[in-house]
Amino acid sequence: MKILVPIKRVPDPATTIRVLPDGTGIATDNVKWVINPFCEIAIEEALRIKEKQTGEVILVTVGQSTWQEQLRTGLAMGADRAILVKTDAALDSLAIAKILAKIAGDEKPDLIILGKQAIDDDANQVGQMVAEMLGWPQATFASKIEIAADKISVMREVDGGLETIAFKIPAVITADLRLNEPRYASLPGIMKARKKELKEIAADSLGVDLAPKLKVKTLAAPPKRQGGRKVASAQEMVSLLHTEAKVI
Amino acid sequence: MLDLLRDLDFFHLDELLTDEERMARDTAKRFVDREIIPQIEHHFANETFPMHLVPQMAELGMFGANLKGYGCAGMNNVAYGLIMQELEAGDSGLRSFASVQSALSMYAIYANGSEEQKQRYLPEMAKGKLIGCFGLTEPDHGSDPGGMETRARRDGDGWILNGTKRWITNGSIADVAIVWAKVEEGITGFLVEKGTPGFSTRDIHGKFSMRASITSELILEDVRIPRTAHLEKARGLKGPLGCLTQARYGIAWGAIGAARSCFHCALDYTKSRKQFSRPLAGYQLVQAKLVRMLTEITKAQMVCLRLAHLKDQGKMRPEHVSFAKRNNVNEALKIARDARDMLGANGIVNEYPVIRHMLNLETVNTYEGTFDVHTLILGRDITGENAFE
Repeated sequence: MKILVPIKRVPDPATTIRVLPDGTGIATDNVKWVINPFCEIAIEEALRIKEKQTGEVILVTVGQSTWQEQLRTGLAMGADRAILVKTDAALDSLAIAKILAKIAGDEKPDLIILGKQAIDDDANQVGQMVAEMLGWPQATFASKIEIAADKISVMREVDGGLETIAFKIPAVITADLRLNEPRYASLPGIMKARKKELKEIAADSLGVDLAPKLKVKTLAAPPKRQGGRKVASAQEMVSLLHTEAKVI
Repeated sequence: MLDLLRDLDFFHLDELLTDEERMARDTAKRFVDREIIPQIEHHFANETFPMHLVPQMAELGMFGANLKGYGCAGMNNVAYGLIMQELEAGDSGLRSFASVQSALSMYAIYANGSEEQKQRYLPEMAKGKLIGCFGLTEPDHGSDPGGMETRARRDGDGWILNGTKRWITNGSIADVAIVWAKVEEGITGFLVEKGTPGFSTRDIHGKFSMRASITSELILEDVRIPRTAHLEKARGLKGPLGCLTQARYGIAWGAIGAARSCFHCALDYTKSRKQFSRPLAGYQLVQAKLVRMLTEITKAQMVCLRLAHLKDQGKMRPEHVSFAKRNNVNEALKIARDARDMLGANGIVNEYPVIRHMLNLETVNTYEGTFDVHTLILGRDITGENAFE
């Protein structure tokens, strides 16, 4: 099975994020960059599927040349080859989805597995958009994937429980947190990654309209947490929840 | 305030690393955070080595990571050093295991073994299926290995070994022991497999340090081994000392990891604990200690990175390694002691890692060339005068 795994480079979740004083973005001077954790889960799932059957795992990302580092990490985990669609522009979800749909058209994968969302902007849009553009079935928030021949069944995490849906390939699946625990990039894997193909394509050579439909007007840090207040008894707590917070 | 403090990279040394080196470091760091930190206090308390982690460390390529061929990862010395640093941020005992397996045992065979010996041992050792140990130190000969009493004499087609080795990391769990012994021509090495008649081990208990690491005595009583178990290329003290240079290189890196762990613990603790009117970190005496820690760790990082580049270029001398091992371990020990002090009573319990690192570093300061021995090595280097005897 040929699997395309789009990934995104994001700040390390353990990094303290600071918003620039003018609100145009975040300070990136000493941020450590990693593969978006949900994308890492997507890579792991693609590798497991490949290991059970046979096939190929192709990584793709859209960004600057420094994003190579995250592709190399994915190759070190075991992916077969990678594509960097190069652009210096900050693209919105729709533009990314158009690029990925174009790449999917060229590569003709059986499956596209990607993270359900990126932890930087939490948009949760790209997977759904790509499925729509390609006219393929989609299973978002996957927590379990089973494959039999060309039929796939996916258990999804939905509000209030789990839902299992079945469909045929080609399809788009987005990975949720509990799908798997990603492997480490082993040292021999890191050495092998050096020899794997990493192809660069200029984003503006794809003939896709990348004009942003969304504009980020300003970024602001969340308000500082106020200290709580102590109550004397459970009765007082219940009464405050009812009269003041009005949640019960 | 600097985010750089999170990984304690005050001078942006990360920018001097390649993608591959960073990836290797991140893999080791994640492994330590996920697999070692949650259970290390248990092993330290119970004087056990977490043997179940060995297959995973092997799969990640941590054994003989900087050796080429024979199933080893073949990484450069920067990556190897960074891995040692991260392992020791977990525990010096874990790093010791990796050092002994890689830099002492595998390297001894890699540098001194015949092609048959390399083929037989190295791939299995890289896979963690065979564990090695390195028998040089004896009960009465530590800093003076040339005075060793272990003897080997020819016996027909093979050799007969007699003697005792002590303070041997991994001794009783090793499948193959590199035993250094005197023959008529001088010092040479032998491969003694577990179960060879006359070869036994005894673990050393009652340690207050390196409790998550096995330390043993090797006892050789008329142990007969075949000719094929002789490391023929090892002639003179150069044989074992060449291995020690490799291990000391990793220790110089490792000490930074232990020191960093203590620094972070002391920083977090003193920022959150309030005494009198404000957090401890708001007092000058505490800040002076934190700044000293930051300074010494940063200097040690710089020394190690330069040392790694010299090693990769084939320009590293043993004296460079003595400089780095001596300085980094001793500073790490001082940092651990300061951190212990700054945590007050909490510094003596295993809820925090500092007392464990502090106790471990007492060993690290002593083994692989004591602080004083490295002082003499450097003293000889700059004066031309030998002050050993």
